[in-house]
Amino acid sequence: MDKLPEIILHISTYFVSAGIILATLRLIKGPTMADRAVALDTFTVISISLIVLIACIAGRVIFLDVGMVYAILSFIGVVAVARYIEGGL
Amino acid sequence: MNKIVKIVFSTIVLTLFYFIWTRTTSVNNILVIAGLGLFVSIIYRNYLRSPILSPKKIAYAIFYVFYLFIEIIKANIDVALRVIKPVIPINPGIVKVKTKLKSPMGRLLLTSSITLTPGTLTVDIDGDTLYIHWIDVKDKEESGATEKIVSNFEKYLEVIFG
Amino acid sequence: MSWNSLLGSIITLLGSIFLFLGALGVYRMPDLYNRMQAGTKSTTLGTMLTLLGIGICHYEWLGQVLILIIFIALTNPISSHALARAAHFKGIPLTAKSVTDKLKEEESKAEVL
Repeated sequence: MDKLPEIILHISTYFVSAGIILATLRLIKGPTMADRAVALDTFTVISISLIVLIACIAGRVIFLDVGMVYAILSFIGVVAVARYIEGGL
Repeated sequence: MNKIVKIVFSTIVLTLFYFIWTRTTSVNNILVIAGLGLFVSIIYRNYLRSPILSPKKIAYAIFYVFYLFIEIIKANIDVALRVIKPVIPINPGIVKVKTKLKSPMGRLLLTSSITLTPGTLTVDIDGDTLYIHWIDVKDKEESGATEKIVSNFEKYLEVIFG
Repeated sequence: MSWNSLLGSIITLLGSIFLFLGALGVYRMPDLYNRMQAGTKSTTLGTMLTLLGIGICHYEWLGQVLILIIFIALTNPISSHALARAAHFKGIPLTAKSVTDKLKEEESKAEVL
């Protein structure tokens, strides 16, 4: 009974990893570049959750900084890809 | 004078964010960050905007956040129910709606709220015309779609942003 | 076992299920715009709930986690809007089941004039 929260956190890690695998499959399959960009957007946002879950399980606060930097870079990257698809770059 | 108040307020907000993030207690650290925040605020001095606050607006803003959160939960249950069916029930299309909001900030919040609520996604904005991808089109005409999608949010945002 | 860690882990589990369903939607939906609908909504609420649950588990991290939640709730709709606009500008078609496309009508009208 004492370990119950930790077990639930591990189960959620499995769900999040399955989500990442599905997004990666769409990233491989996607017929056009815009489809791949959408899959990449989903992939990065799910990865932030995985990074924070790892921070909680490992008990290390430094992973939260990693997650913040990853969120900022993924946002800028997706906006840059959108500009590129539009022909603005 | 007004500009100096805005710069000082922006510096305090930036320093507060740094303090919440690192929970540092060293005074030197906070002084360095306050200097950097002042520098950033001076660079962006022409872009700082402060809304005119009144108790009615604050009450409407708090109520709006709760309303939006309930709408987001409804949207997710809607998506989940669509996704797990063997044949996905969709009837999509792009419809055109008009908004009455004038301020850019109000329009930004309106489009973000539309994206997060059940079955709708903002595709393009052109002046006061929004083009919205709707996963289950119930009304192809402009007036009916406006009433179904936009008017619920506009009630609150019109009061908050004037 | 403390109650806040149990509550936090259950909220995290709910959020991760939403994340999984969103990714399933991204995989299964027929065209780009529907995929984006599933992706944006589910990942926003899923990430918010997952991070909030972890903030309840480790309440000394709550401030940092709230800053992350605000950042994601503000930027996720904007990035999806930018992608949708770019895709429609590029001319990626809607699925064959679609009933109406007012934006395309508007663009072709502008071309004729």
